[in-house]
Amino acid sequence: MLDPYTESVLIFTGINIVLALSLYLPVSAGLLSLGQGGFMAIGAYTAAYLTTEMQWPFLVALPCGGLMAGLVGLAVGLPSLRIKGVYLVIMTMGFGEIVRVFFLNFEPTGAASGLGGIATHTTLPGVAIAVLLTLLLCFQLRGSRIGRAIEAVREDELAAEVIGINLTYVKVAVFGLGAAIAGIGGGLYAHYATFIDPAQFGFQRSAEIFIMVVLGGMGSFWGAAIGAIVVTILPELLRLGNAQEWRMTVFGALLVVIMIVRPWGLLGVRR
Amino acid sequence: MSATETPLLEARNLTRRFGGYAAVSDMNLKIARGTIHALIGPNGAGKTTMFNLITGVLPPSSGDVLIDGVDVTGSRPDRIARRGVVRTFQGVRLFPTMTALENVEVGRFCRTRGGFLAAFARIPGVATATESATRRRAEELLERVGLADRRHMLASELALADQRRLEIARALAAEPKLLLLDEPVAGMNPVEVHEAGELFKSLCREGVTILITEHHMSLVMAISDLITVMNYGRKIAEGAPDEVRKNPEVLTAYLGTEAAA
Amino acid sequence: MVLIQQIVNGVMLGSSYSLIAIGYTLVFGVLHLVHLAHGEVFMVGAFIGLQAVLLTGGGVAVALPAAAIYLLAIKPIRARKGHYLAPMISTIGAGVVLQEIATRSFGGEQVGFPVAMDSQIWHFGGITLTSVQLVILAVSLGLMLALHLFVTLTRVGMAMRATAESMTISHTLGIRSERIIILTFAIASALAGVAGVLVGMSFNSISPYMGVDMGIKGLAAMLLGGLGNVYGAMLGGLVIGIVEVISVAYLASSYRDAFAFFVIIAVLLFRPRGIFGSTAHVEA
Repeated sequence: MLDPYTESVLIFTGINIVLALSLYLPVSAGLLSLGQGGFMAIGAYTAAYLTTEMQWPFLVALPCGGLMAGLVGLAVGLPSLRIKGVYLVIMTMGFGEIVRVFFLNFEPTGAASGLGGIATHTTLPGVAIAVLLTLLLCFQLRGSRIGRAIEAVREDELAAEVIGINLTYVKVAVFGLGAAIAGIGGGLYAHYATFIDPAQFGFQRSAEIFIMVVLGGMGSFWGAAIGAIVVTILPELLRLGNAQEWRMTVFGALLVVIMIVRPWGLLGVRR
Repeated sequence: MSATETPLLEARNLTRRFGGYAAVSDMNLKIARGTIHALIGPNGAGKTTMFNLITGVLPPSSGDVLIDGVDVTGSRPDRIARRGVVRTFQGVRLFPTMTALENVEVGRFCRTRGGFLAAFARIPGVATATESATRRRAEELLERVGLADRRHMLASELALADQRRLEIARALAAEPKLLLLDEPVAGMNPVEVHEAGELFKSLCREGVTILITEHHMSLVMAISDLITVMNYGRKIAEGAPDEVRKNPEVLTAYLGTEAAA
Repeated sequence: MVLIQQIVNGVMLGSSYSLIAIGYTLVFGVLHLVHLAHGEVFMVGAFIGLQAVLLTGGGVAVALPAAAIYLLAIKPIRARKGHYLAPMISTIGAGVVLQEIATRSFGGEQVGFPVAMDSQIWHFGGITLTSVQLVILAVSLGLMLALHLFVTLTRVGMAMRATAESMTISHTLGIRSERIIILTFAIASALAGVAGVLVGMSFNSISPYMGVDMGIKGLAAMLLGGLGNVYGAMLGGLVIGIVEVISVAYLASSYRDAFAFFVIIAVLLFRPRGIFGSTAHVEA
């Protein structure tokens, strides 16, 4: 059996992979979102509330959290049809903050004090399964008819439209699906951290997930997964005293460097 | 065209204004099935705007567009594509990081089915029947336009003439009844222009109606069944190539701007 | 009478938002870039002001490290033909770096911010103001006026406006774009820094996280006023300040922060160009 520390690192890595893949989906359609933290929060709070207050089984509560986040994701996806590029980024930032402020005031889930006493239902095998399922989902999409349509939308929306691709369907669907997966990631997180509060899902979380996708994102979902692994594990490997404390600083700087050196990494020129 | 046969495409009193400026004004156009119809006119005459209006990229300020007698005015481009009207672009719009083959495959989108659930239900790594059929059809089309040997090249890496051919192949993948070609031979050398002309004629023989807009007069005269001439957003002449080439108004419109044949 | 007091308080609060929004607008004007580290510049300005002797002057000093952001994180990217959002993403990274450094240096908690003046209360026919509020109001409005005069009357100011209109044409007229850009960046950041000090004074505390909130509100103000329009940004900030104060007075106080976010979404959905903006900027 693994020692608690290693198990913890692996679990967080797995959860981060799920979160990074959740952002990869809208990004693969060309939709940059800085609000995945918000969807993660919805999934986390919904699942945690269902298990702690309503005594629902974890395996039912978790998908419910994902579903809830997914539904909100569909709603957020609708404006993405008219709001593009930098405006979409700003809008998703605003959305993320709205979610945070909402939970900051929502009494049934503890408002600012957060929600505690969550049972630790998240296990390493459970996370591993979630990771595998999410990777499989991305893999299946990749070679499929709808996956190609998503790529086409990213490459050139107008050209995609004139050959018969319904932009609404594609954009709203990837937003919703990405949100649902982020919600599942949130539920897994909540049932490992045992305590959640709105501050954990704010802009910094969204930025962190974003950085994972950018770092590894060579336009493929494997890249996003690798980015998640690097962001989670690298600070652990380099046990330079307070590595954990400086990791966000380093990753922020890395983001700048990548934009200077390989800005197309985000666009998906994969060769 | 007999008076009773429904035109494949009809534009009625189509007008499009940008602020106070009318790019297209009261345009009437009837495209008969099985013909090659050319839309010509000096730069700025409104030809590309007409294309945008017909394909739903721009909504008209007034007027109607009918496909096979069905009113599609104001429809989204993807709905119009599904009704069988597909276009290419003046400045080729391909999917740059996808290969030639993939570009054509994605063109099959509106003729195939299968969304997210179908995607997840596949056996991982194994192509479904639809996907295999799509691939085969795409390869056939690439063969048709002469790009079979370059199928795995990235669209952005192809030469311009090849890119135009690829765009046509992609459009054909959507099984159009009417293919709108926006200046398809611009930038091509005489040999390529001739080949393109032969391709268009054979496509028409196979049942694809074509609406082409071009500045290359000799090509237009050689392949068109009917020519409509526009200037300043309006129709100034229409008829068989021989009539149009002698029409004084047409000559006036083009004076000084006639492209070398 | 109470309403007028609320409006005055709102203007007070809003003037800080305006200063930030003006900064965003100035940078957007010359670089066509939404500078997402601007909120952090505001925050750093507050911390520098904390350390410096002349508080308000300290805020201005943030212009120097801010210029570094431009040189390191933005300029190298503009030369490359990458994704058009690459510069903006880079500013996200820069912002994260700034916030992290501030958190490591000063801790994640609120830090007390001294108010180096005697506190006096003034009454103007039914309206109550503290001397701090007066100073804030005076400084903010004064800076906005100074900016207006600078941009309209001085040669350098006009060069800035020209560069924002069209960099290529300005180039051919002999304007040194690079210098103008750096100057614009410096001015924008200095305004944000001063706003940081003013906000610190009015709340008596600052924290490394104040940049995120403020940054988004400044963005909302800029969007509301119209992308690229400095006067729109000024107005947008005041409007948001006033509505925030009124919503606290007459509605639930805890949703106050969310108001700005709703403004962002509403503007983007219904009138992306804002109140005064032109449609030229809308398609990203």
